Amino acid sequence: MTERPLTAMIDPAVGPPDCAAYGRAGGWRGVRAALRDMTPDAVIDVVTRSTLRGRGGAGFGTGQKWSFVPKDPAATRRKYLIANADEMEPGTFKDRLLLEGNPLQLIEGMIVAGYAIQAGHGVIFLRGEYHVALDRLTRAIADARATGWLGADILGSGFGFDIHVHASGGRYICGEETALLTALEGKRAQPRSKPPFPQVGGLWGAPSVVNNVETLCNVPHIVANGADWFRALGLGPDGGTKLYGVSGRVRRPGTWELPMGTPLREIIERHAGGMRDGYALRALLPGGASTAFLDAGQVDVAMEYGAVEKAGSRLGTGLAILLDDRTCPIGMLHNLEHFFAQESCGWCTPCRDGLPWVERLLAAIEDGTGEAEDLDRLADHARLLGPMGRTFCAHAPGAMAPLASGLRLFRADFEAHIHQRGCPLRQAA
Amino acid sequence: MSTADAPLPPDLRSDVAAMAAAEHHARMAAIPALMAVQARLGWVSDAHLADVAGLLGLSPADLDGVATFFNLVFRRPVGRHVIMMCDSVSCWIMGRDALCARLCDRLGIRPGQTTADGAVTLLPIVCLGHCDHAPAMLVDRTLHGDLDEAGIDRIADALAADTPEGPPT
Repeated sequence: MTERPLTAMIDPAVGPPDCAAYGRAGGWRGVRAALRDMTPDAVIDVVTRSTLRGRGGAGFGTGQKWSFVPKDPAATRRKYLIANADEMEPGTFKDRLLLEGNPLQLIEGMIVAGYAIQAGHGVIFLRGEYHVALDRLTRAIADARATGWLGADILGSGFGFDIHVHASGGRYICGEETALLTALEGKRAQPRSKPPFPQVGGLWGAPSVVNNVETLCNVPHIVANGADWFRALGLGPDGGTKLYGVSGRVRRPGTWELPMGTPLREIIERHAGGMRDGYALRALLPGGASTAFLDAGQVDVAMEYGAVEKAGSRLGTGLAILLDDRTCPIGMLHNLEHFFAQESCGWCTPCRDGLPWVERLLAAIEDGTGEAEDLDRLADHARLLGPMGRTFCAHAPGAMAPLASGLRLFRADFEAHIHQRGCPLRQAA
Repeated sequence: MSTADAPLPPDLRSDVAAMAAAEHHARMAAIPALMAVQARLGWVSDAHLADVAGLLGLSPADLDGVATFFNLVFRRPVGRHVIMMCDSVSCWIMGRDALCARLCDRLGIRPGQTTADGAVTLLPIVCLGHCDHAPAMLVDRTLHGDLDEAGIDRIADALAADTPEGPPT
């Protein structure tokens, strides 16, 4: 039987466990192991050896990220451990499951991560629309404080840690870790230039680590069960399990915890029940709106960081959005680029002005007023904004990933729209 | 003098002051404070924005720059109920455009507008993280997923029955 450490305690029919029930079901083993038997560096070491990589989309090594934090004890220097719960990548609904289903698992992960980097201050940056998650996190934190899992001198270790929940005021850019810090400081959420990296100069200039919710939820299990156990959970080079998901015209859209590296075909056909009657798979975004399209013929790709990159895209959040054969790919691209244009923070010119231009070109093509040269303009944007480093942060490159791949995959659809003066699917309807 | 021009109620003032004092830096309380004002009064008027700015030690212009960046802070009056209908990709694939048009018809408004009786504001929103139940929308704090025409009609009927004296249950 496959192990599902992240979701083992999640039962929507019962609701999240309280501190006592969480402990009875195997919780708090990670905090006990870390605070009683391990040095902070030993925690970083086991997480590094586990090969845990960030589950928020970028896939940076978690242990490595922690290793850059100055080693001062928590009691002598203000440092922050921040959970990125700003789940706003279109097509992504995995952290919500963890936040609503078992908030104490995140809290335990934050205590252990805080101990590892010797940060006494925890913050959960929660998107403002997750009302159920806010209520459950608030209750779980109060429960954990009342039972001594949060506060001063946890388990008599001398290490103190508490958590503050920040309900965000909105905007996708807040998920970018430096924009998140700016937002937390009560400013317009513009990304910051690096260096300094947040681990050295983050929130109010203090060393800060920002980790995704799913990443942090893995931490107690790694510390309790070891790096070898974690690595063995994955099918390929990347360790652990992953919350995968599928949305679009499948029979059973949803999210499932499966071994890292599970083939996409198995996720779509076995877990999501395959395409609905009358629909065929055309293409897909493997890990959210900011990942490049894969063709239907690539569904055998293993859903792990390296394999998806080799296929020409990114694992991203690991939740796939499926384009079916009865939905217009140009319309889908227009929807995606509308999102990215709207959510640009406006700080740097190529992103602020380029993304709305892309959106207008796609709208014109879909409406039948597009010209052949518009395809060249779109390709220019993909070429100029796509590589990292042309803009202040990864927002515009993310926006260009579906566009650049879409221009290649859907060339015939683009040309049909231009020659037929509009969307063939809409004209046929 | 309308509520929008009246000073912040004293208890709300002290709540905001407490938030500012609890944070490492007072301006960290900017969004929580604005949201607290909005939770009580529905939106953030110019006068209330200036009151909050004063309590946080910020200029009103500085705080307004923050307030207008974040889409969940309302700097204009909204209806007694706010509908946020997802317009992102998974909901779009699952037919949200047609459902939005139907909801607009039923309410007699376009996205971004408030019904003449002040009952409902309809806003577009980015992905709500319920793509497994697309199309989805929030009505105030309640998420409605797997929307279809019948579901839209039920919600529109419930909102039509809303009056300032007796909101629907």
